Amino acid sequence: MASYPAGYKYTKDHEWLELSGDRGKVGITDYAQQQLGDVVYVELPELGAKLKQGQSFGTIESVKAVSELYAPVSGEVVEVNAALKDKPEIVNADPHGSWMIVVKLTNAGESDGLLDASRYQDLVK
Amino acid sequence: MEQATEAPLKKTPLNARHRASGARMVAFGGWDMPVEYSGIVAEHLAVRTRAGLFDVSHMGQIEIAGKDAVAAVQRISSNDASKLAVGQAQYSGLLTGQGTFIDDLLVYRLAPAHFLLVVNASHIPKDYAWIAEQIKPAGDAVAVDASSRYALLALQGPAALDVLQPLTGVELAGMKYYWFANGEVASVRATISRTGYTGEDGFEIFVPPQSADRVWQAILESGKAADVIPAGLGARDTLRLEAAMRLHGNDIDETTTVLEADLSWIVGWKKDDFIGAAALREQKANGVTRKIVGFEVLDRGIARQGYDAYVGGAKVGVVTSGTQTPFLKKAIGMAYLPAEHTAAGTEFDVDIRGRRTRARVVPMPFYKRPK
Repeated sequence: MASYPAGYKYTKDHEWLELSGDRGKVGITDYAQQQLGDVVYVELPELGAKLKQGQSFGTIESVKAVSELYAPVSGEVVEVNAALKDKPEIVNADPHGSWMIVVKLTNAGESDGLLDASRYQDLVK
Repeated sequence: MEQATEAPLKKTPLNARHRASGARMVAFGGWDMPVEYSGIVAEHLAVRTRAGLFDVSHMGQIEIAGKDAVAAVQRISSNDASKLAVGQAQYSGLLTGQGTFIDDLLVYRLAPAHFLLVVNASHIPKDYAWIAEQIKPAGDAVAVDASSRYALLALQGPAALDVLQPLTGVELAGMKYYWFANGEVASVRATISRTGYTGEDGFEIFVPPQSADRVWQAILESGKAADVIPAGLGARDTLRLEAAMRLHGNDIDETTTVLEADLSWIVGWKKDDFIGAAALREQKANGVTRKIVGFEVLDRGIARQGYDAYVGGAKVGVVTSGTQTPFLKKAIGMAYLPAEHTAAGTEFDVDIRGRRTRARVVPMPFYKRPK
């Protein structure tokens, strides 16, 4: 049984958000990586990209499918995890540690509407 | 992600076994099938280096028998069934009058006037209706949809022979590629065929449905030391694509002719007549205007089914299959291109979700097993 970090927030599209002040790391959940299977490419936005909540910020591609990545909150992309370009498979091995982007939030209130770990766990049960 | 469909899915005799083994199940052609057990990459590599065991019981079986069975098969199947000895099989096409694919199939000669056709799962009713109607002029021959009488397992990989041999009295080493024999596997009545859809050595094993689980378990037990694992439809797809085997519904369908699909070798050109013969002879004389190619993606990304192909900014074709291959570790695929752009080495672009990505025509198959 996968464990979902209690300190993270989650979206119904299976992204997680780890908040730290006005910044948040974004990745995909263990459930999402299981659904995708072996990840072979992760396409991420440019630094400085402005995202709206729910907007696609990239794509993740496995052997069998390609999926959009959706921004859990609005904000500016201030960091991009370059390691995923050469080692996309770490998303399978460590989904909750493999962050994709860091967003500087423009509307801190938005994260209140996301799911906490127990509610997300119910969703994917 | 995937939503359950309304119509109840059909189940193979191994459905409970797949679920108990923790396979991820998906709807495929109206069937509830395992897409992966341990992961597509792990299963793909197991088949290339050891062996994998697939449940392909969803495939259809149509038998044709009667005094004029040869004439009946010759009429509906593009390949030349008269060349088959009893105990031999061939790949073929079930064609429209235009020489395009209603389905592709394997034709097994069970007896001089008794044939078994193995067809794709999602086309069983359509194929059967077509065959039953089209063989009427051939004389004394009848077609029976025997799909429910067979479960079908595929053991594929370099270790397949050594894993299967202890379970059967049939001498497997002497069985040639595309030949088959009747016997027993794990004390279950079986037909063992040296065929497969992976580009690897291996066997397909027809058994009665009620005994499928027993045979499945026996093969995995026999393969334990060689680390043989169950494999799903996901790996079956990446394996067959590396081996450049066409998939009906992707690479061939009712809009693509045998010649466009570069499968001229499955046409019995010397046969008198068969459905699609006139159209194919005309196309052979005039040449095709488009043809299937194998390609490699040169930039990053996977060119998937349905993505458009471009030459010099103009849309000229479409990708019919594409994946990242676990063994060759590159993005490959098949596409239809205008005949003038099909030479090996020709470069073209694929529109990968709005981004033009370079690809190069390469010879097929992408993977050929070492002899």
